[in-house]
Amino acid sequence: MSGLPAGPLPEPDLESAVWWDGLREHKILLQQCGECGRPRFPPLPSCPWCASATCHLMESPGHGTVYSYVTAHVPMSPGYETDLPYTVATVELAEGPRILGRVEPPTPVAVGDRMAPRFFAHPTWTELYFAPANAPADDPALAAADGGA
Amino acid sequence: MSGMAAVAGVGYTPFTRASGRSVLSLAAEAVANAVNDAGLRLDEVDGMGSFMLSDDSVPCVAVSSALGLGQLRTTLDLQLGGQAPCHLVWQAAHTVARGDARVVVVYRALNGRSGARVGSMRFAGMGGQYRYPIGYGAYLMYVGMWAQRFLHETGQGAEDLGAVAVGQRVYAQENERALRREPLSLDEYLAEPYVVDPYRRSDCTAEVDGACAVVVTSLERARDLAHPPAVVSSGCYRAGPRPGLDIGDHLLWEDYTRNYTSWLRDDLFGRAGVGPGDVDVAEIYDCFTSTVLMGLEGLGLCGRGESGAFVRSGACALDGRLPTNTGGGLLAEGYLHGMNTVAEAVLQVQGRGGPRQAPHHDVAVVTSGALMDGSAMILTTDR
Repeated sequence: MSGLPAGPLPEPDLESAVWWDGLREHKILLQQCGECGRPRFPPLPSCPWCASATCHLMESPGHGTVYSYVTAHVPMSPGYETDLPYTVATVELAEGPRILGRVEPPTPVAVGDRMAPRFFAHPTWTELYFAPANAPADDPALAAADGGA
Repeated sequence: MSGMAAVAGVGYTPFTRASGRSVLSLAAEAVANAVNDAGLRLDEVDGMGSFMLSDDSVPCVAVSSALGLGQLRTTLDLQLGGQAPCHLVWQAAHTVARGDARVVVVYRALNGRSGARVGSMRFAGMGGQYRYPIGYGAYLMYVGMWAQRFLHETGQGAEDLGAVAVGQRVYAQENERALRREPLSLDEYLAEPYVVDPYRRSDCTAEVDGACAVVVTSLERARDLAHPPAVVSSGCYRAGPRPGLDIGDHLLWEDYTRNYTSWLRDDLFGRAGVGPGDVDVAEIYDCFTSTVLMGLEGLGLCGRGESGAFVRSGACALDGRLPTNTGGGLLAEGYLHGMNTVAEAVLQVQGRGGPRQAPHHDVAVVTSGALMDGSAMILTTDR
Protein backbone atom coordinates (compact mmCIF):
# COMPACT_ATOMS: atom_id res chain seq x y z
CA MET A 1 0.00 0.00 0.00
CA SER A 2 1.31 3.38 -0.98
CA GLY A 3 -0.33 4.85 2.11
CA LEU A 4 -4.05 5.48 1.97
CA PRO A 5 -4.80 8.94 0.69
CA ALA A 6 -5.63 12.14 2.42
CA GLY A 7 -8.96 12.96 0.86
CA PRO A 8 -11.95 14.54 2.55
CA LEU A 9 -12.09 13.71 6.25
CA PRO A 10 -15.04 11.82 7.71
CA GLU A 11 -17.51 14.13 9.38
CA PRO A 12 -18.99 12.07 12.21
CA ASP A 13 -22.53 12.89 13.29
CA LEU A 14 -24.47 12.00 16.42
CA GLU A 15 -25.32 8.59 14.99
CA SER A 16 -21.90 7.69 13.63
CA ALA A 17 -19.49 9.00 16.26
CA VAL A 18 -19.33 5.64 18.00
CA TRP A 19 -18.41 3.94 14.70
CA TRP A 20 -15.45 6.22 14.11
CA ASP A 21 -14.40 6.03 17.76
CA GLY A 22 -14.48 2.24 17.50
CA LEU A 23 -12.28 2.15 14.41
CA ARG A 24 -9.69 4.19 16.25
CA GLU A 25 -9.41 1.24 18.64
CA HIS A 26 -9.54 -1.26 15.75
CA LYS A 27 -13.07 -2.26 16.71
CA ILE A 28 -15.88 -2.71 14.22
CA LEU A 29 -18.97 -1.72 16.18
CA LEU A 30 -22.34 -2.39 14.60
CA GLN A 31 -25.70 -1.35 15.91
CA GLN A 32 -27.93 -4.32 16.64
CA CYS A 33 -31.67 -3.83 16.96
CA GLY A 34 -33.02 -4.46 20.44
CA GLU A 35 -36.33 -5.68 19.04
CA CYS A 36 -35.72 -7.77 15.91
CA GLY A 37 -32.05 -8.43 16.55
CA ARG A 38 -30.79 -7.42 13.12
CA PRO A 39 -27.37 -5.79 12.99
CA ARG A 40 -27.18 -2.76 10.73
CA PHE A 41 -24.84 -0.38 8.93
CA PRO A 42 -24.66 2.56 8.50
CA PRO A 43 -25.62 3.74 11.99
CA LEU A 44 -29.22 4.95 12.17
CA PRO A 45 -31.47 6.28 14.92
CA SER A 46 -33.87 3.37 14.41
CA CYS A 47 -34.00 -0.05 12.83
CA PRO A 48 -34.50 0.02 9.04
CA TRP A 49 -36.46 -3.24 9.27
CA CYS A 50 -38.71 -2.79 12.32
CA ALA A 51 -38.26 0.92 13.18
CA SER A 52 -37.42 0.16 16.80
CA ALA A 53 -35.32 2.87 18.40
CA THR A 54 -33.74 0.49 20.89
CA CYS A 55 -30.40 -0.92 19.97
CA HIS A 56 -27.08 -1.96 21.41
CA LEU A 57 -23.61 -2.27 20.00
CA MET A 58 -22.08 -5.52 18.87
CA GLU A 59 -18.48 -5.98 17.83
CA SER A 60 -17.92 -7.67 14.49
CA PRO A 61 -14.69 -9.48 13.67
CA GLY A 62 -15.03 -7.82 10.27
CA HIS A 63 -14.83 -10.90 8.10
CA GLY A 64 -17.01 -11.09 5.03
CA THR A 65 -17.25 -11.63 1.31
CA VAL A 66 -17.16 -9.30 -1.68
CA TYR A 67 -20.74 -8.44 -2.68
CA SER A 68 -19.49 -6.15 -5.45
CA TYR A 69 -16.58 -3.88 -6.30
CA VAL A 70 -15.33 -1.19 -8.65
CA THR A 71 -11.80 -0.40 -9.72
CA ALA A 72 -10.95 3.21 -10.51
CA HIS A 73 -8.44 3.67 -13.31
CA VAL A 74 -8.74 7.45 -13.66
CA PRO A 75 -8.98 10.06 -10.90
CA MET A 76 -12.55 10.28 -9.62
CA SER A 77 -11.94 12.95 -7.04
CA PRO A 78 -8.98 15.11 -6.01
CA GLY A 79 -6.43 13.53 -3.71
CA TYR A 80 -6.46 10.00 -5.10
CA GLU A 81 -4.39 10.39 -8.27
CA THR A 82 -1.35 8.60 -6.92
CA ASP A 83 -3.35 5.55 -5.84
CA LEU A 84 -4.57 4.52 -9.26
CA PRO A 85 -5.74 1.99 -9.99
CA TYR A 86 -7.54 1.22 -6.75
CA THR A 87 -10.50 -0.93 -5.81
CA VAL A 88 -13.41 -0.18 -3.51
CA ALA A 89 -15.36 -3.24 -2.42
CA THR A 90 -18.79 -3.62 -0.91
CA VAL A 91 -18.09 -6.30 1.68
CA GLU A 92 -20.95 -8.28 3.15
CA LEU A 93 -20.00 -9.04 6.71
CA ALA A 94 -20.75 -12.46 8.15
CA GLU A 95 -23.27 -10.73 10.45
CA GLY A 96 -25.19 -9.39 7.43
CA PRO A 97 -24.51 -5.68 7.01
CA ARG A 98 -22.54 -4.42 4.03
CA ILE A 99 -19.62 -2.04 4.42
CA LEU A 100 -17.45 -0.16 1.95
CA GLY A 101 -13.72 -0.42 2.04
CA ARG A 102 -10.63 -0.12 -0.11
CA VAL A 103 -8.91 -3.34 -1.11
CA GLU A 104 -5.26 -3.01 -0.12
CA PRO A 105 -2.68 -3.86 -1.12
CA PRO A 106 -4.05 -3.63 -4.67
CA THR A 107 -5.29 -7.14 -5.46
CA PRO A 108 -7.67 -8.41 -8.08
CA VAL A 109 -10.88 -9.45 -6.35
CA ALA A 110 -14.04 -11.17 -7.52
CA VAL A 111 -17.58 -11.35 -6.25
CA GLY A 112 -17.69 -13.84 -3.40
CA ASP A 113 -14.03 -13.53 -2.36
CA ARG A 114 -13.46 -13.82 1.39
CA MET A 115 -12.04 -10.66 2.92
CA ALA A 116 -10.47 -9.74 6.24
CA PRO A 117 -10.41 -6.33 7.91
CA ARG A 118 -7.38 -4.10 8.23
CA PHE A 119 -6.96 -0.70 9.84
CA PHE A 120 -4.95 2.30 8.73
CA ALA A 121 -4.30 5.22 11.03
CA HIS A 122 -4.63 8.58 9.34
CA PRO A 123 -3.59 11.57 11.43
CA THR A 124 -7.11 12.24 12.69
CA TRP A 125 -9.12 9.10 11.89
CA THR A 126 -8.75 5.41 11.32
CA GLU A 127 -9.74 3.79 8.06
CA LEU A 128 -11.20 0.32 7.77
CA TYR A 129 -10.02 -1.42 4.63
CA PHE A 130 -9.96 -5.01 3.48
CA ALA A 131 -7.47 -7.57 2.29
CA PRO A 132 -8.12 -11.01 0.83
CA ALA A 133 -8.68 -13.36 3.76
CA ASN A 134 -5.69 -15.47 2.80
CA ALA A 135 -3.31 -12.51 2.82
CA PRO A 136 -0.77 -12.48 5.66
CA ALA A 137 -2.04 -10.23 8.43
CA ASP A 138 1.40 -8.85 9.16
CA ASP A 139 2.60 -7.97 5.70
CA PRO A 140 5.68 -5.85 6.45
CA ALA A 141 4.80 -3.32 3.75
CA LEU A 142 1.38 -2.85 5.30
CA ALA A 143 2.73 -2.63 8.80
CA ALA A 144 5.19 0.05 7.70
CA ALA A 145 2.44 2.03 6.03
CA ASP A 146 0.20 1.74 9.04
CA GLY A 147 2.05 4.45 10.86
CA GLY A 148 2.55 2.19 13.86
CA ALA A 149 -1.08 2.44 14.92
CA MET B 1 -56.78 10.37 -14.28
CA SER B 2 -55.09 8.09 -16.81
CA GLY B 3 -55.16 9.66 -20.25
CA MET B 4 -56.62 13.02 -19.28
CA ALA B 5 -53.44 14.97 -19.91
CA ALA B 6 -50.88 15.03 -22.69
CA VAL B 7 -47.48 16.36 -23.57
CA ALA B 8 -48.00 18.87 -26.35
CA GLY B 9 -44.52 20.09 -27.18
CA VAL B 10 -40.81 19.91 -26.45
CA GLY B 11 -38.05 22.50 -26.38
CA TYR B 12 -34.29 22.43 -26.29
CA THR B 13 -31.26 24.65 -26.30
CA PRO B 14 -28.20 23.42 -28.15
CA PHE B 15 -26.19 20.92 -26.10
CA THR B 16 -22.60 22.11 -25.75
CA ARG B 17 -19.50 21.59 -23.65
CA ALA B 18 -19.26 25.27 -22.68
CA SER B 19 -22.41 27.30 -23.15
CA GLY B 20 -20.92 30.59 -22.02
CA ARG B 21 -24.41 31.42 -20.80
CA SER B 22 -26.20 31.51 -17.48
CA VAL B 23 -28.33 28.54 -16.49
CA LEU B 24 -31.30 30.89 -16.30
CA SER B 25 -30.76 31.93 -19.90
CA LEU B 26 -30.68 28.27 -20.95
CA ALA B 27 -33.78 27.42 -18.95
CA ALA B 28 -35.77 30.33 -20.32
CA GLU B 29 -34.85 29.47 -23.89
CA ALA B 30 -35.85 25.81 -23.58
CA VAL B 31 -39.13 26.68 -21.87
CA ALA B 32 -39.99 29.27 -24.50
CA ASN B 33 -39.07 26.85 -27.28
CA ALA B 34 -41.29 24.14 -25.80
CA VAL B 35 -44.27 26.46 -25.46
CA ASN B 36 -43.78 27.70 -29.00
CA ASP B 37 -43.35 24.15 -30.28
CA ALA B 38 -46.70 23.20 -28.77
CA GLY B 39 -48.41 26.11 -30.47
CA LEU B 40 -49.16 27.84 -27.19
CA ARG B 41 -48.36 31.35 -25.99
CA LEU B 42 -46.08 32.09 -23.05
CA ASP B 43 -48.90 33.95 -21.29
CA GLU B 44 -50.87 30.69 -21.17
CA VAL B 45 -48.25 29.01 -18.95
CA ASP B 46 -49.54 28.85 -15.38
CA GLY B 47 -47.45 26.09 -13.88
CA MET B 48 -43.83 24.90 -13.84
CA GLY B 49 -41.76 22.09 -12.46
CA SER B 50 -38.04 21.45 -12.37
CA PHE B 51 -35.27 19.72 -10.46
CA MET B 52 -31.69 20.29 -9.49
CA LEU B 53 -28.81 18.69 -7.64
CA SER B 54 -26.79 20.70 -5.15
CA ASP B 55 -28.21 23.97 -6.49
CA ASP B 56 -26.90 23.43 -10.00
CA SER B 57 -29.97 25.03 -11.59
CA VAL B 58 -32.54 27.77 -11.25
CA PRO B 59 -35.98 27.53 -9.62
CA CYS B 60 -39.28 27.90 -11.42
CA VAL B 61 -39.88 31.40 -10.11
CA ALA B 62 -36.66 32.59 -11.73
CA VAL B 63 -37.69 31.28 -15.12
CA SER B 64 -41.14 32.79 -14.69
CA SER B 65 -39.52 36.13 -13.93
CA ALA B 66 -37.12 35.96 -16.86
CA LEU B 67 -39.95 35.16 -19.27
CA GLY B 68 -42.37 37.70 -17.85
CA LEU B 69 -45.03 35.09 -17.18
CA GLY B 70 -48.26 35.89 -15.40
CA GLN B 71 -49.29 34.14 -12.22
CA LEU B 72 -48.20 30.55 -11.66
CA ARG B 73 -50.86 28.30 -10.15
CA THR B 74 -48.34 25.60 -9.32
CA THR B 75 -44.59 25.17 -9.04
CA LEU B 76 -42.61 22.16 -7.98
CA ASP B 77 -38.85 22.40 -7.47
CA LEU B 78 -37.29 19.09 -6.52
CA GLN B 79 -33.85 18.37 -5.12
CA LEU B 80 -33.39 15.26 -7.21
CA GLY B 81 -31.37 14.10 -10.16
CA GLY B 82 -32.44 11.85 -12.97
CA GLN B 83 -35.21 10.30 -10.88
CA ALA B 84 -37.32 13.40 -11.41
CA PRO B 85 -38.46 13.94 -15.02
CA CYS B 86 -41.23 11.33 -15.32
CA HIS B 87 -42.23 12.04 -11.73
CA LEU B 88 -42.64 15.76 -12.51
CA VAL B 89 -44.49 15.22 -15.78
CA TRP B 90 -46.84 12.81 -14.01
CA GLN B 91 -47.47 15.40 -11.29
CA ALA B 92 -48.06 18.02 -13.98
CA ALA B 93 -50.56 15.69 -15.66
CA HIS B 94 -52.43 15.33 -12.36
CA THR B 95 -52.40 19.08 -11.91
CA VAL B 96 -53.96 19.82 -15.27
CA ALA B 97 -56.38 16.89 -14.95
CA ARG B 98 -57.61 18.35 -11.64
CA GLY B 99 -57.93 21.77 -13.23
CA ASP B 100 -55.45 23.34 -10.81
CA ALA B 101 -53.47 24.69 -13.74
CA ARG B 102 -53.85 24.59 -17.52
CA VAL B 103 -50.37 24.62 -19.01
CA VAL B 104 -47.46 23.26 -16.99
CA VAL B 105 -43.90 23.28 -18.29
CA VAL B 106 -41.33 20.86 -16.87
CA TYR B 107 -37.69 21.66 -17.54
CA ARG B 108 -34.11 20.78 -16.64
CA ALA B 109 -31.35 23.32 -17.19
CA LEU B 110 -27.71 23.18 -16.18
CA ASN B 111 -24.17 23.94 -17.14
CA GLY B 112 -23.40 20.31 -16.47
CA ARG B 113 -20.08 20.32 -18.24
CA SER B 114 -18.58 23.78 -17.74
CA GLY B 115 -20.14 24.31 -14.30
CA ALA B 116 -20.83 21.94 -11.41
CA ARG B 117 -20.44 18.39 -12.72
CA VAL B 118 -22.66 15.75 -11.18
CA GLY B 119 -20.07 13.11 -11.98
CA SER B 120 -17.76 14.42 -9.29
CA MET B 121 -20.28 16.27 -7.10
CA ARG B 122 -20.30 15.58 -3.37
CA PHE B 123 -23.86 14.99 -2.27
CA ALA B 124 -25.03 16.30 1.07
CA GLY B 125 -26.27 13.74 3.56
CA MET B 126 -25.30 11.34 6.30
CA GLY B 127 -23.94 8.72 3.90
CA GLY B 128 -21.05 10.74 2.50
CA GLN B 129 -18.75 10.14 5.48
CA TYR B 130 -18.47 6.46 4.52
CA ARG B 131 -17.70 7.18 0.84
CA TYR B 132 -15.71 10.30 0.20
CA PRO B 133 -12.78 9.68 2.59
CA ILE B 134 -11.97 6.34 0.90
CA GLY B 135 -12.03 7.54 -2.72
CA TYR B 136 -15.54 6.25 -3.40
CA GLY B 137 -16.68 9.64 -4.52
CA ALA B 138 -18.17 9.63 -7.99
CA TYR B 139 -21.63 8.75 -9.20
CA LEU B 140 -20.29 6.44 -11.85
CA MET B 141 -18.61 4.37 -9.15
CA TYR B 142 -21.96 3.85 -7.42
CA VAL B 143 -23.76 2.75 -10.58
CA GLY B 144 -20.68 0.71 -11.48
CA MET B 145 -20.89 -1.07 -8.12
CA TRP B 146 -24.40 -2.18 -9.06
CA ALA B 147 -23.35 -3.05 -12.60
CA GLN B 148 -20.55 -5.34 -11.46
CA ARG B 149 -22.94 -7.37 -9.31
CA PHE B 150 -25.64 -7.31 -11.98
CA LEU B 151 -23.28 -8.66 -14.64
CA HIS B 152 -22.00 -11.31 -12.25
CA GLU B 153 -25.41 -12.56 -11.18
CA THR B 154 -26.98 -12.51 -14.62
CA GLY B 155 -23.97 -13.99 -16.41
CA GLN B 156 -23.45 -10.99 -18.68
CA GLY B 157 -20.37 -8.98 -19.50
CA ALA B 158 -18.50 -6.37 -21.47
CA GLU B 159 -20.00 -7.38 -24.83
CA ASP B 160 -23.46 -6.78 -23.38
CA LEU B 161 -22.61 -3.33 -22.07
CA GLY B 162 -20.84 -2.59 -25.33
CA ALA B 163 -23.85 -3.56 -27.41
CA VAL B 164 -25.82 -0.79 -25.72
CA ALA B 165 -23.17 1.84 -26.43
CA VAL B 166 -22.69 0.71 -30.01
CA GLY B 167 -26.41 0.56 -30.78
CA GLN B 168 -27.21 3.95 -29.36
CA ARG B 169 -24.38 5.54 -31.33
CA VAL B 170 -26.15 4.41 -34.51
CA TYR B 171 -29.18 6.45 -33.49
CA ALA B 172 -27.01 9.43 -32.56
CA GLN B 173 -25.85 9.70 -36.15
CA GLU B 174 -29.42 10.71 -36.98
CA ASN B 175 -29.64 13.24 -34.13
CA GLU B 176 -28.06 16.61 -34.78
CA ARG B 177 -28.31 17.49 -31.07
CA ALA B 178 -26.15 14.57 -30.03
CA LEU B 179 -22.67 15.27 -28.69
CA ARG B 180 -21.22 11.93 -29.68
CA ARG B 181 -22.14 11.21 -33.28
CA GLU B 182 -19.06 9.36 -34.46
CA PRO B 183 -19.72 5.67 -35.19
CA LEU B 184 -18.56 3.13 -32.63
CA SER B 185 -17.82 -0.53 -33.27
CA LEU B 186 -17.79 -3.22 -30.62
CA ASP B 187 -14.07 -3.75 -31.19
CA GLU B 188 -13.43 -0.03 -30.68
CA TYR B 189 -15.53 -0.15 -27.54
CA LEU B 190 -13.63 -3.13 -26.14
CA ALA B 191 -10.32 -1.44 -26.94
CA GLU B 192 -11.18 1.56 -24.78
CA PRO B 193 -9.39 1.55 -21.42
CA TYR B 194 -11.45 1.34 -18.26
CA VAL B 195 -12.52 4.52 -16.56
CA VAL B 196 -13.88 2.63 -13.59
CA ASP B 197 -14.08 -1.12 -14.14
CA PRO B 198 -16.65 -2.26 -15.41
CA TYR B 199 -17.11 1.02 -17.32
CA ARG B 200 -15.20 2.34 -20.29
CA ARG B 201 -15.60 5.85 -21.66
CA SER B 202 -18.45 4.88 -23.97
CA ASP B 203 -20.39 3.32 -21.08
CA CYS B 204 -20.72 6.77 -19.54
CA THR B 205 -23.01 9.64 -20.38
CA ALA B 206 -21.59 12.80 -21.94
CA GLU B 207 -21.95 15.70 -19.50
CA VAL B 208 -23.26 18.81 -21.25
CA ASP B 209 -24.44 22.36 -20.85
CA GLY B 210 -27.99 22.89 -21.98
CA ALA B 211 -31.67 22.75 -21.20
CA CYS B 212 -34.72 20.78 -22.22
CA ALA B 213 -38.42 21.29 -21.49
CA VAL B 214 -41.78 19.68 -22.18
CA VAL B 215 -45.28 21.18 -22.04
CA VAL B 216 -48.16 19.38 -20.32
CA THR B 217 -51.79 20.34 -20.82
CA SER B 218 -55.18 18.67 -20.91
CA LEU B 219 -55.72 16.11 -23.64
CA GLU B 220 -58.70 18.10 -24.85
CA ARG B 221 -56.55 21.20 -25.28
CA ALA B 222 -53.66 19.27 -26.75
CA ARG B 223 -55.88 17.98 -29.55
CA ASP B 224 -56.16 21.53 -30.92
CA LEU B 225 -52.44 22.32 -30.80
CA ALA B 226 -49.53 22.06 -33.21
CA HIS B 227 -48.72 18.36 -32.91
CA PRO B 228 -50.55 15.12 -32.14
CA PRO B 229 -50.82 14.72 -28.35
CA ALA B 230 -48.50 12.36 -26.49
CA VAL B 231 -51.09 11.10 -24.02
CA VAL B 232 -49.84 10.59 -20.47
CA SER B 233 -51.36 7.18 -19.97
CA SER B 234 -49.68 6.37 -16.67
CA GLY B 235 -46.88 7.47 -14.43
CA CYS B 236 -45.20 6.10 -11.40
CA TYR B 237 -42.54 7.06 -8.88
CA ARG B 238 -40.99 4.45 -6.68
CA ALA B 239 -38.39 4.26 -3.95
CA GLY B 240 -37.82 0.65 -3.01
CA PRO B 241 -37.30 -0.42 0.61
CA ARG B 242 -34.36 1.13 2.48
CA PRO B 243 -33.33 3.44 -0.37
CA GLY B 244 -30.45 4.90 1.62
CA LEU B 245 -29.40 8.08 3.36
CA ASP B 246 -28.73 10.16 0.25
CA ILE B 247 -28.43 9.85 -3.51
CA GLY B 248 -25.07 8.08 -3.27
CA ASP B 249 -25.77 5.73 -0.35
CA HIS B 250 -26.99 2.25 -1.18
CA LEU B 251 -25.55 0.12 1.60
CA LEU B 252 -28.99 -0.91 2.85
CA TRP B 253 -30.34 -1.77 -0.61
CA GLU B 254 -30.69 -5.52 -0.72
CA ASP B 255 -30.32 -6.38 -4.39
CA TYR B 256 -27.96 -4.43 -6.67
CA THR B 257 -29.25 -6.38 -9.67
CA ARG B 258 -32.74 -4.88 -9.51
CA ASN B 259 -33.41 -1.14 -9.42
CA TYR B 260 -36.63 0.85 -9.00
CA THR B 261 -37.92 -0.33 -12.39
CA SER B 262 -38.55 -3.79 -10.92
CA TRP B 263 -40.56 -2.19 -8.12
CA LEU B 264 -42.79 0.09 -10.21
CA ARG B 265 -43.39 -2.16 -13.22
CA ASP B 266 -46.73 -3.62 -12.16
CA ASP B 267 -48.22 -0.28 -11.14
CA LEU B 268 -46.90 1.45 -14.25
CA PHE B 269 -48.37 -1.01 -16.72
CA GLY B 270 -51.46 -1.71 -14.62
CA ARG B 271 -52.50 1.94 -14.54
CA ALA B 272 -52.06 2.20 -18.30
CA GLY B 273 -53.92 -1.01 -19.03
CA VAL B 274 -51.10 -2.32 -21.20
CA GLY B 275 -48.36 -4.86 -20.73
CA PRO B 276 -44.65 -4.96 -21.57
CA GLY B 277 -45.49 -6.80 -24.79
CA ASP B 278 -47.54 -3.82 -25.99
CA VAL B 279 -44.62 -1.38 -25.89
CA ASP B 280 -43.50 -0.08 -29.30
CA VAL B 281 -40.71 2.26 -28.22
CA ALA B 282 -38.58 2.36 -25.07
CA GLU B 283 -36.58 5.29 -23.76
CA ILE B 284 -34.60 3.87 -20.84
CA TYR B 285 -32.60 6.18 -18.58
CA ASP B 286 -28.98 5.62 -19.46
CA CYS B 287 -26.48 7.61 -17.48
CA PHE B 288 -24.49 4.39 -17.98
CA THR B 289 -24.98 1.41 -20.29
CA SER B 290 -25.82 -0.97 -17.46
CA THR B 291 -28.96 0.93 -16.51
CA VAL B 292 -30.41 0.19 -19.94
CA LEU B 293 -29.90 -3.54 -19.41
CA MET B 294 -31.30 -3.36 -15.88
CA GLY B 295 -34.25 -1.29 -17.04
CA LEU B 296 -35.14 -3.63 -19.89
CA GLU B 297 -35.14 -6.53 -17.45
CA GLY B 298 -36.79 -4.62 -14.63
CA LEU B 299 -39.71 -3.53 -16.79
CA GLY B 300 -40.15 -7.04 -18.15
CA LEU B 301 -39.34 -5.96 -21.71
CA CYS B 302 -37.07 -9.00 -21.83
CA GLY B 303 -36.29 -11.84 -19.46
CA ARG B 304 -33.97 -11.80 -16.47
CA GLY B 305 -30.39 -12.05 -17.66
CA GLU B 306 -31.45 -11.74 -21.29
CA SER B 307 -31.06 -8.01 -21.85
CA GLY B 308 -27.59 -8.19 -23.34
CA ALA B 309 -28.61 -10.86 -25.82
CA PHE B 310 -31.75 -8.85 -26.52
CA VAL B 311 -29.72 -5.76 -27.45
CA ARG B 312 -27.13 -7.79 -29.37
CA SER B 313 -29.90 -9.41 -31.42
CA GLY B 314 -30.77 -6.00 -32.87
CA ALA B 315 -34.11 -5.84 -31.05
CA CYS B 316 -33.42 -2.29 -29.87
CA ALA B 317 -32.47 -0.94 -33.31
CA LEU B 318 -34.83 1.07 -35.47
CA ASP B 319 -35.83 -2.02 -37.43
CA GLY B 320 -35.93 -4.22 -34.33
CA ARG B 321 -38.96 -5.19 -32.35
CA LEU B 322 -38.37 -2.58 -29.63
CA PRO B 323 -36.52 0.54 -30.80
CA THR B 324 -34.79 1.81 -27.67
CA ASN B 325 -33.10 5.11 -26.82
CA THR B 326 -33.77 6.38 -30.29
CA GLY B 327 -32.00 9.72 -29.89
CA GLY B 328 -28.75 8.11 -28.82
CA GLY B 329 -29.74 8.44 -25.18
CA LEU B 330 -27.90 10.24 -22.46
CA LEU B 331 -24.84 8.28 -23.56
CA ALA B 332 -24.62 10.00 -26.93
CA GLU B 333 -27.07 12.90 -27.00
CA GLY B 334 -25.97 14.28 -23.65
CA TYR B 335 -26.71 14.25 -19.95
CA LEU B 336 -29.80 16.38 -19.43
CA HIS B 337 -30.64 14.07 -16.52
CA GLY B 338 -33.42 12.31 -18.36
CA MET B 339 -35.44 15.35 -19.37
CA ASN B 340 -34.26 14.71 -22.92
CA THR B 341 -35.16 11.04 -22.47
CA VAL B 342 -38.75 12.13 -21.88
CA ALA B 343 -38.64 14.59 -24.76
CA GLU B 344 -37.41 11.87 -27.13
CA ALA B 345 -40.32 9.65 -26.07
CA VAL B 346 -42.70 12.52 -26.82
CA LEU B 347 -41.17 13.08 -30.27
CA GLN B 348 -41.51 9.37 -31.06
CA VAL B 349 -45.14 9.13 -29.96
CA GLN B 350 -45.92 12.30 -31.90
CA GLY B 351 -44.31 10.77 -34.98
CA ARG B 352 -41.70 13.51 -35.19
CA GLY B 353 -38.58 11.36 -35.02
CA GLY B 354 -37.57 12.05 -38.61
CA PRO B 355 -34.85 9.64 -39.80
CA ARG B 356 -34.89 7.90 -36.42
CA GLN B 357 -38.67 7.56 -36.15
CA ALA B 358 -39.82 4.15 -34.92
CA PRO B 359 -42.27 2.60 -37.40
CA HIS B 360 -44.71 1.69 -34.64
CA HIS B 361 -45.14 4.31 -31.93
CA ASP B 362 -48.52 3.92 -30.27
CA VAL B 363 -47.10 2.96 -26.87
CA ALA B 364 -43.84 4.28 -25.45
CA VAL B 365 -42.30 3.62 -22.06
CA VAL B 366 -39.84 6.09 -20.59
CA THR B 367 -37.89 5.87 -17.35
CA SER B 368 -36.08 8.34 -15.09
CA GLY B 369 -33.38 7.23 -12.71
CA ALA B 370 -30.77 4.55 -12.21
CA LEU B 371 -30.72 3.02 -8.75
CA MET B 372 -32.90 2.91 -5.63
CA ASP B 373 -35.57 5.36 -6.68
CA GLY B 374 -36.91 6.68 -9.94
CA SER B 375 -39.98 7.19 -12.03
CA ALA B 376 -41.48 6.11 -15.33
CA MET B 377 -44.34 6.85 -17.70
CA ILE B 378 -46.35 5.25 -20.43
CA LEU B 379 -47.06 7.68 -23.26
CA THR B 380 -49.48 6.74 -26.03
CA THR B 381 -50.90 8.15 -29.19
CA ASP B 382 -54.45 9.56 -28.91
CA ARG B 383 -56.24 6.25 -29.38
